[in-house]
Amino acid sequence: MTTAAVTTLPITSDLEIAGVRQAVREAAVAAGFSLVEQTKVVTAASELARNTLVHGGGGRLEITRLDRPHGQGIRLRFRDEGPGIADVETALSDGYTTGHGLGLGLGGARRLVQEFAIDTAPGRGTTVTVTAWPRGAWGG
Amino acid sequence: MNAATGMRRVSVHRLGEVLLASIQQELTDSIAVALRQDLTEMAAAGTRGVIIDISQVEIVDSFLARVLAEIAAATRILAGRTVVCGMRPPVAITMVEMGLGLPGLHTARSLEDALALVEAGEVGR
Repeated sequence: MTTAAVTTLPITSDLEIAGVRQAVREAAVAAGFSLVEQTKVVTAASELARNTLVHGGGGRLEITRLDRPHGQGIRLRFRDEGPGIADVETALSDGYTTGHGLGLGLGGARRLVQEFAIDTAPGRGTTVTVTAWPRGAWGG
Repeated sequence: MNAATGMRRVSVHRLGEVLLASIQQELTDSIAVALRQDLTEMAAAGTRGVIIDISQVEIVDSFLARVLAEIAAATRILAGRTVVCGMRPPVAITMVEMGLGLPGLHTARSLEDALALVEAGEVGR
């Protein structure tokens, strides 16, 4: 598997969350995602970008295109240097909210992508990495 | 238009006793919150229902779902229905997979169906 150039976007305002949605949409279109697949990954990115802004105090997104023999995917890495998450399992559970959504942000985003990883600890910031593939490319 | 951010509020139209908001722009969180404020204030002046056309909305995430539910809750207290119309199929599919619902909201395929639902709400009380 080879990786293409990385695009980095700042996440410091809700206007930039909109910019994240637009950039992820463009990356998904370029990788050959269907409309439903685009909508899923853009929705996941919107949730994760908001977490970066609201809980991480802002941060950035790196978008990487992944090439496999059977197709292209995209990897999204959201990084912040915020307070970190002490209890990841609770943060991922449905209904957990700090008041800015319906408590489905992190867990909901995880259900919309094929791969989901979170690296966090109190005082160390949070990095969430997700990978999405169009149908047929996953596992190829 | 907000000069500081370049953002445009969602315009709300009053059709008799029905409020209609048609979302035509990229919906940032602050524009969504401003829409909730505008609709709630206008509904307080008297309304039978609120219709929100989301046919141009490309994603509904948990934040927007919450704002829509809050609009419905405020409208219900004022004895009106809130109907969301025109949701794109990929948006609906994504919401189901996430486990996101729209509590307190009615949904309709078209503006015409939405108006009929508001009327039905009036008859039903």
